[in-house]
Amino acid sequence: MLKDETDKAIGPDVIPTFASTHRLQWEEAQDCHVILYPEGMVKLNPTSAEILQQCDGEKDVKTIIEDLQKKYSGADLEEDILKFLEVAHGNGWIRTK
Amino acid sequence: MAMAGSEQNKIPQPLWLLCELTYACPLQCPYCSNPVEMAKVKNEIATDDWIRVLREARKMGATQLGFSGGEPLTRPDLEELIAEARQLGFYTNLITSGIGMDEKRIKAFKKAGLDHIQVSFQASTEDLNNLIAGTDAFEHKKEMARLVKKYGYPMVLCFVLHRRNEDQIRDILDLCVALEADYVELATTQYYGWAYHNREQLLPTKAQLAHAEIVAKEYQEKLEGKMKIYYVIPDYFEDRPKKCMDGWGKVFLTITPEGTALPCHAARQLPGLEFPNVKDHSVDWIWNESPDFQKYRGLGWMKEPCLSCDEKEKDLGGCRCQAYMLTGDATNADPVCSKSPYHSKITDLVDRVDELAGTPELEEKPMVFRNMKNSREIIKKKSSETA
Ligand code: SF4
Ligand code: SF4
Repeated sequence: MLKDETDKAIGPDVIPTFASTHRLQWEEAQDCHVILYPEGMVKLNPTSAEILQQCDGEKDVKTIIEDLQKKYSGADLEEDILKFLEVAHGNGWIRTK
Repeated sequence: MAMAGSEQNKIPQPLWLLCELTYACPLQCPYCSNPVEMAKVKNEIATDDWIRVLREARKMGATQLGFSGGEPLTRPDLEELIAEARQLGFYTNLITSGIGMDEKRIKAFKKAGLDHIQVSFQASTEDLNNLIAGTDAFEHKKEMARLVKKYGYPMVLCFVLHRRNEDQIRDILDLCVALEADYVELATTQYYGWAYHNREQLLPTKAQLAHAEIVAKEYQEKLEGKMKIYYVIPDYFEDRPKKCMDGWGKVFLTITPEGTALPCHAARQLPGLEFPNVKDHSVDWIWNESPDFQKYRGLGWMKEPCLSCDEKEKDLGGCRCQAYMLTGDATNADPVCSKSPYHSKITDLVDRVDELAGTPELEEKPMVFRNMKNSREIIKKKSSETA
């Protein structure tokens, strides 16, 4: 199953992990990061790729948001990041605990 | 800038490489899409040839890789090819019946870097599964599915649907749930190769399809986010064709066991192709320059009714193989299309099956199982017909 009962809904204290059943990699020919999974490939824009790279199974969502906001000199990214993580979770790209 | 250069830039490069490593297979599925004349193929290309194909295709930008067959497990160099593919950055899929697999090999594939294993089942019950597969395979397949899970691969289960198992769809999906599948492909029988030979024996009835669609939807909704279920209505029951392979020479590249490059695995039967072989040409030349890959690329080859049709960009006139098989001319519209003057070839068959399903005339017609003996017989029959 791509997800099960142990998966938590996205929120500040949840820890996301990029799903081991998927692969995130840079594709020279596409000039972007892509997610590879059975039967498919999704092209990512640079921001989405960066968020997913943060989903290392250690940092919680709160920390991910803080880190990225710091990197982008204090821009308010919270809503965008949460929204994207929900989509990513819905698609099975990340698991949560 | 030279015209040739800018033209060439417009050709999309292959994303998906399918390596049919062998036609050897311990199963005998009557819906197999391998060519019925497969017994003619004597020489499989060597490991080095495959490695060169992988390198060249990857360099062109291919990311998805399928190892299929026949049964790819019969190739002893499979581990080596998987390792090379991983190192090149492919996302590698092993498409297998599971026969010839054991825990040791599953483990070795994981170590080599295999990304996923797609196990095909013939049905949800032992009897029917084994009848269709032509061998005793069901328990072993279930065991392999469990091991796929144990070693952390995404689990993709594939069921090919047809009249004999279509009504089992609920049991099939329950079996997938029990095995904790991540992805389920409810594949429609594609009427090429052996399946074309057996199409009267395999085509489902309209009532069966309507039922299957409802059940598939129900499970899709119930399991949303947990299990991804792919279900497509077979094109024989539609009045517009599918955009076959996403377009000729656009996304897919198939290499057959003896090294022939094809825009789709069924294309071998089409007349007038030259069948470039990877032993003689680079993958780049085959994709970008060879006459075969240009032949039905885009819209230039079309004639009426497709030529002046406002839907031609959408479906590209459908499948060239289906057009050829059912109308004798590969440049005709796919007869699935209701605008095709040959559309009745499809609807007549669908109606005939609807009328006769359940009667001995249809149900007792023997299926031609996919094996080398039957292949040789078909080849012999064809050559005596043309002699
Ligand atoms: S469809 Fe069946 S017979 Fe054909 S290659 Fe696959 S397992 Fe073998
Ligand atoms: S006429 Fe040709 S292009 Fe038009 S819908 Fe039918 S198959 Fe497609």
